[in-house]
Amino acid sequence: MDDNRIIADPKSIKAINKVSFKQRMISYKKKPLSLVMLILVALAAALSAAALVFIIVYVLVKGIPNLTPDLFSLTYNSDNVSCMPSIINTIMLTLLTLVIAVPFGVGAAIYLAEYAKKGNKLVKVIRTMAETLAGIPSIVYGLFGMLFFVSALHWGYSLLAGAFTLAIMVLPTIMRTTEEALITVPDSYREGSFGLGAGKLRTIVKIILPSAMPGILAGIILAVGRIVGETAALIYTYGSATGYAAGPLSSGRSLAVHMYVLANEGLHTDQAWGTAVVLLVLVFGINTLSAFIAKKLGSKKG
Amino acid sequence: MDKITVENMNLYYGNFHALKDVNLRMEKNKITAFIGPSGCGKSTLLKSLNRMNDLVEGCKITGEIKLDGEDIYGDMDINLLRKRVGMVFQKANPFPMSVYDNVAFGPRTHGIKNKKELDQIVEESLRDAAIWDELKDRLKKSALGLSGGQQQRLCIARALAVKPEVLLMDEATSALDPISTGKIEELCLKLKDNYTIVMVTHNMQQALRISNNTAFFLLGEMVEYGSTDTIFSAPKDKRTEEYITGRFG
Repeated sequence: MDDNRIIADPKSIKAINKVSFKQRMISYKKKPLSLVMLILVALAAALSAAALVFIIVYVLVKGIPNLTPDLFSLTYNSDNVSCMPSIINTIMLTLLTLVIAVPFGVGAAIYLAEYAKKGNKLVKVIRTMAETLAGIPSIVYGLFGMLFFVSALHWGYSLLAGAFTLAIMVLPTIMRTTEEALITVPDSYREGSFGLGAGKLRTIVKIILPSAMPGILAGIILAVGRIVGETAALIYTYGSATGYAAGPLSSGRSLAVHMYVLANEGLHTDQAWGTAVVLLVLVFGINTLSAFIAKKLGSKKG
Repeated sequence: MDKITVENMNLYYGNFHALKDVNLRMEKNKITAFIGPSGCGKSTLLKSLNRMNDLVEGCKITGEIKLDGEDIYGDMDINLLRKRVGMVFQKANPFPMSVYDNVAFGPRTHGIKNKKELDQIVEESLRDAAIWDELKDRLKKSALGLSGGQQQRLCIARALAVKPEVLLMDEATSALDPISTGKIEELCLKLKDNYTIVMVTHNMQQALRISNNTAFFLLGEMVEYGSTDTIFSAPKDKRTEEYITGRFG
C-alpha cells in the first residue's frame, strides 16, 4: 500500500491549535500558582546548568594555559610532571578492569533475570548485597584490595591489584544495570523465540542480549566513569609510581591519582589544572565513544 | 485423521483448577476453533499444545496430550515439539530486527545456514503469509516499523518458516482492523491444505466463517465439541446455545 499523504508544506499551514501568548497570559491570570511553579522549575534548571557550566569553564580556563608540550613528554620527571604515563596507565587499568568485571557482572545478571526462579531467596540476598556494595565508599574497597591482593596474595602495588579492586567495586553497578535492562525486554520476545523452537541459550544470546544492549552499555559507561575518576581505591593497590606500568605486576598511577598527588604536593598546582583538562577530555571522549557504539548497535537492530 | 488428541487433561495454576477433564481430538488439515468467555481456559489449553505453559510457574498438568500418537509431555524434545507446533500470539511480537532476520530466525535456529536456502525460505514464507508483495522491497528494514496487520502476518510468516505441522493461533486477529482480519482469515483457509490449525477466538463470526470444528469452553470445562455447523445451528447444550446467541458472557 503506497501512502502519498506527504504533500503539504508545513510552513504554509496556519494552525489554529497553537497556544498563543495572549491565551497563556489569560490562563496564568486565572491560576497564578502555575506561573510561580513554572518560574521555580525554570530557575532550578537554570541553576543546575549554571553550576555545571561554571565548573567546566573554570577547569578549562585554569587548565588550558598549562597544557604545555612538557606535560605530554613521553617520560615523567619531576620537572615536566608529564601525565602521558598516567594516561596510558588509566587506559590499561580501565580495559583490564572491564575485562574482569563485565563477564562476571553480565553473567550474574543473566542468571538473576533469566534463570533464577522468581521469589528465590538467594536472588533477593544477592540483590540486597549488590545494592549495599554499590553504596560503600571506595576507600573501603581500597583497604580490602591492599590487605587481600597487595599483601595476602603478594601482588604488591600493581596493575593487577588495582584492576581487581576496581572490578569488585564496579561489579554491583554493572550487574544491577544489566539486570534492569534484561527485565525490561518484553516477555513477548521470549515467547516468540521459544515458540519457534529456540532453546534458552539461543533466545538469550540472539534475542534478549541484543535488545538489552543499550541498557547494558549504559551500565558499562557508568562503570568506566567510576574507574577513570577513582583515586581512593587505587592509591593503596595500583600505587603511585610515576612511570608506565610495564606488566600486570608493576605499579603505576592513573590520571586521577596523578592529579591527586600533584595537588597534594602543592608544588605543581598549575600542572594539576592542566591534568584536570586532560581528565575531562578523556571522560568526554569515552562517553562519546560509548554513545557512538550504543547507537551503532541500536541502529543495527532498530 | 486426528493430528492432536487431548485425553483426560487437567490443568492447575497453583490451587486454581483451570481446566477440568478435557477430552478433544483435533483433525488433520482442518481448522479447529476454541470459543468461550474470557477466563474459560481456552488459551491455556492452546498453550498446553506446544508446552508454552511450561514457562508459567506453578502450572501443573495431568492427563495426556499426543501429537500423531506421540506423547508430547514424554520423551519428545521440547524444542522439536515447538518446531512442529508453531504459534502465533495475540499481540504481534516481531523481534527488534529486520524483516528478513525475523523470518530467518527459526530456520537458522534449526541449523540452516546456507544463504540461498534461507533466501528461498524467507520468500516462500512471506508469500504463504500473503505479505511478500508488501514487504519484498523492505526486507532489510526493521520489522518494528510495520503496521499492526503487517506485523501479525510477518509473525505468521515467521511461524511458517520453520515448516510446522500445526499452527496455533491465540486470538491472532483480536488487535487488528477488519481489513487485516479478513486477510488473515483468507490466509487460514488457504493454509489448512498443508497445516492443521487450532485457533482461539473471541469473535464467533470468525469461528463460523472459517473453522471446521468448534469447541465451546466455560469455566474450565469443555461444554460441547462438534462440527462448526452443528455447534452454531443445533447446539446440544443449553449453555452453548445461550453463549452463541449472546444471552450471557
